[in-house]
Amino acid sequence: MTTQMAPESMYRSTEGLGVWEHRGKVASVGIGHSPTARRWDGRPETSVGALSILAMRRAIEDAGISPDQVDGIVVVPVTTTGAHWDPDTPIPMDVVNAFNPSSDPLDGIGQLSAEWLIKNMPELTNVKFTMNAPGCMSAAIVVAAQAVGDGLTSNCLVLKGWHNLDGRYNHGGSSAAEVVPGSLALGPGRTIWGPPGCFGTALQFAEYCHRYGKNHDMMAPFMENSRRNGLMFPEGYWAQHRPEELTPEDYLAARWIAKPANLFDNDIPIMVAASYLFTTADRAKDLKQKPVYILGHASSRGSARSLTPTLEEVQAETGSTGRKIFEAAGITVDDLSFENMYDGFAEFHQFHIEGLGYRGMKFGDALDFYQTDISIEGPNPVLPSGGNIGSGRSRFWMHTDCMQQIQGRAGARTVTGVKPEIAVSGGPMPMGGNFTVWSATPD
Amino acid sequence: MAKQGVQPDELTKPFWDAATNGKLVIQNCTACNRLQNPPLPRCGQCGSGDNLEWKEMSGRGTIYNYCVVYDCPIRSLQEGQPFNLAVIMLEEDPAIQMYSHLPGTPVDEVPIGGPVRVVFEPTANGQVVPEWEVAA
Repeated sequence: MTTQMAPESMYRSTEGLGVWEHRGKVASVGIGHSPTARRWDGRPETSVGALSILAMRRAIEDAGISPDQVDGIVVVPVTTTGAHWDPDTPIPMDVVNAFNPSSDPLDGIGQLSAEWLIKNMPELTNVKFTMNAPGCMSAAIVVAAQAVGDGLTSNCLVLKGWHNLDGRYNHGGSSAAEVVPGSLALGPGRTIWGPPGCFGTALQFAEYCHRYGKNHDMMAPFMENSRRNGLMFPEGYWAQHRPEELTPEDYLAARWIAKPANLFDNDIPIMVAASYLFTTADRAKDLKQKPVYILGHASSRGSARSLTPTLEEVQAETGSTGRKIFEAAGITVDDLSFENMYDGFAEFHQFHIEGLGYRGMKFGDALDFYQTDISIEGPNPVLPSGGNIGSGRSRFWMHTDCMQQIQGRAGARTVTGVKPEIAVSGGPMPMGGNFTVWSATPD
Repeated sequence: MAKQGVQPDELTKPFWDAATNGKLVIQNCTACNRLQNPPLPRCGQCGSGDNLEWKEMSGRGTIYNYCVVYDCPIRSLQEGQPFNLAVIMLEEDPAIQMYSHLPGTPVDEVPIGGPVRVVFEPTANGQVVPEWEVAA
């Protein structure tokens, strides 16, 4: 079995496509999370492969179906954004051989494949459909929802795993070289001018503050709220390992990475995996958990004209993304009970929610909005999941939270100022990501 | 603060050769009359690689905005932290950007929107690279 990358035709990336053809006909019915860790300790049972198997088994159990009923898997093969396996470092064969290996020994250690997962989950005896999704759970969700709606699979597991190794993101390789190729030197990514990972976002944020008369200090309530919500997310890294509040004073005292982005504006890389089980709305009605219906999905595919997106390019793209999201779901922004848009880097979030027009927001309004009641107890919850700032870099807390809130399973994190009926989640980048609208009812 | 050395490759050699001669050139599609940076094998608009040329620029621009880098992934730049990292908009087309450390401008004293002019400085292996200074 060779798994293909999902074709671009599975995404809804332009405006004018109308309401999603499978609106309310696909549902999420199972959630599974692994434990978290800061870094991999080298043992087979803590590898990203083992965490992924655990998450998938938990999703199946949560849904209350038998494993042989799973007939589809959508997986994100890439399991890092910066902790890439050094090609000069030998792959630990004791870990490879602790599992049933695939043709690529990095599977389960520094990447994932449907083939490796199936080999190591013998209970999955009827998988007929596998597909890869790029980058993030946000993409895998869209692909799986479309696949179930199109009838390619009936009970589909969606998986995203993350590994994190010793060392710092992107400090090796070309960053440590004395001489680099001319094309790399000129960018757009890691050029000889040395932009950190958060540079582009920090630059957009700097321009945002310059244009609208805002400042970095105004992020503090958002950061405090995100950590607070994250500490009520028992599946998350901070709740499990470092149950520390983040006060505005803590936040504002943190060291800069690329001013105006500081340490806490960057999410912390971790080991973790999550899996969801999607099925048809008809079948979902008879399963263990309350179904969470998917009303629509949308994708953004913006590109910068030059080295890094300008604020103008970001705002044009997020505005378009908002229109696509509401068009696909057949709703308006006023139908949203809450939002769970991407936040890791923290300075992404205001771009996303302004693009939505969340609670009547216009460009330049978000940081003032952060000074109001944005808590889960209020009428205008912002990122009740706490996002990646609140629980570590996974890019999936937002989705899990939407499902748990709508199912009434969010525990201490439950939004109480609004009735959780319709929510949106997705990301990562304002210039490129995938977004899903979740609902308590199919219509 | 010397930047990493640069080994020109096939795509970018004209850019580096021009820099060695004290000129700033940017890739241009003659069919679209459209500049593009970073360089690409094909025009980002029409998709053709047949009409790409290297066009000399005036060497004037303005500062879009900037950050101050305190935690740089590039080892050779770390001893110079913190440093300015600005995005320059070229006079010929403000949508075309270049990075700059703004040599001579104190950290965090960057005149956003202010004029800059190109200068040339050697990298760690002697290859010359365009940089930008705030114009008086």
